[in-house]
Amino acid sequence: MTTDQPILEVRGLQKQYGRHVALAGIDLKIAAGELVFVIGPSGSGKSTLLRCLNRLEEPDHGQILFEGQDMSGKKNDLNLLRQRVGMVFQAFNLYPHLTALGNVTLAVRKVLRKSREAADAIGLAALRQVGLVEKAGSYPNELSGGQQQRVGIARALALEPKVVLFDEPTSALDPELVRSVLEVMRDLKRAGMTMVVVSHEMKFAREAADRVIFMAEGAIVEQGPPEEIFSHAREPRTRAFLSQVGA
Amino acid sequence: MHALVDQFFNVAIMAQAMPIMLRGLGWTLVLCAVAVPCSFLAGVLIAVLGTVRFAPVRWLMVIYVDLLRSIPPLVLLILVAAALPFAGIRLSPFAAVLLALTLNASSFYGEIVRAGIESIGTGQWHAARSTGLSYAQSLVHVILPQALRNVLPDLASNTLEVIKLTALASVVSFQELLYSADMARSVTYNSSPITLAALIYLIFLWPLVRLIGRLEHGVKA
Repeated sequence: MTTDQPILEVRGLQKQYGRHVALAGIDLKIAAGELVFVIGPSGSGKSTLLRCLNRLEEPDHGQILFEGQDMSGKKNDLNLLRQRVGMVFQAFNLYPHLTALGNVTLAVRKVLRKSREAADAIGLAALRQVGLVEKAGSYPNELSGGQQQRVGIARALALEPKVVLFDEPTSALDPELVRSVLEVMRDLKRAGMTMVVVSHEMKFAREAADRVIFMAEGAIVEQGPPEEIFSHAREPRTRAFLSQVGA
Repeated sequence: MHALVDQFFNVAIMAQAMPIMLRGLGWTLVLCAVAVPCSFLAGVLIAVLGTVRFAPVRWLMVIYVDLLRSIPPLVLLILVAAALPFAGIRLSPFAAVLLALTLNASSFYGEIVRAGIESIGTGQWHAARSTGLSYAQSLVHVILPQALRNVLPDLASNTLEVIKLTALASVVSFQELLYSADMARSVTYNSSPITLAALIYLIFLWPLVRLIGRLEHGVKA
């Protein structure tokens, strides 16, 4: 294994819903430690791409390689891929019947097969990482949106993933709650976590992303460093989108 | 008026019938204690099998539920008790009643649990599966606890129905509460034991009815 091998790679990824083409053949390499931002109009296939990366969505064609290993195909251990590639959701999707700690430790106990004590230690460490260790015993409905999303991040982190996928992590949040979530993502970036983020937080993309990908109609239209995309986009569609969202 | 009191509220007759009725009550409780968990677990299984990806299994569950919801439980019981011996299967009255009740009640429990599972959004499945939990683990640890909580009043309500249905067992000579009361009635030529049976049902079931009322008001939308 060479050091420049991508941690996650997709080749020729295609996905269709009936006659609607959601992904029209995506090729993408993500390097370890990279923060990749995916932007684009709604319906451009960003979220579908993200969900294909941990196979929550089954692509029709194409390959998904994790550390060079082909993860597509039925015979692969899906649950192993998902344990390596964590996911954070727009609507948080916390389990309402479990406490914050219960949310974070469920998969640690059932997938990693840790004892309750070991899982609790891992869970508390993950909650500490997102600044919510004192909320370990709170239920989701007792937490603010920003806190819920940070628990969602802790839930992904507790499995020690190599990559975390963020599907519009702040778009369900009130503006004043966004900052705490972005702060956690910034910390993760500093700690070297590989992240793929679908989001409309252009300011955050400009300051934290290593690469920005603009998607439209199920294809990657343009990609590059944030400075290049935001200030010197070559494609008219990219420029039109950026001026529309006011970036 | 005197005849009515003598026929239906005769305390002396009730006292006389009490021992045999208490034995009947015991069997009713045993039947409930077995039939309710059996049919509930069968219902959960039916509901879960109704969610699998393999379509023929789902169709089978729909057919099972539709069929058993359409047959009156009394007809089902007589059918089970009368027809199975011809197929070479000799069931005790208890087993026949248990089988008929479970077939009937599981279809209703199944429908309730299915509604509960469907009330849980796909986001919960996504979250669970994204952390590497298997389908079965997601179901057991994430979906079912929420689903069952959402349909708790309906589950309790169906349980009340199952308990009342145990009285049907009297028609296949299973000596539960109603059968015992009827036996006492035919021996004494007096209907007071039936009144006593009604009272006993009332004493046991009224708290459950109240509980259901509270559950229905207490569950938040």
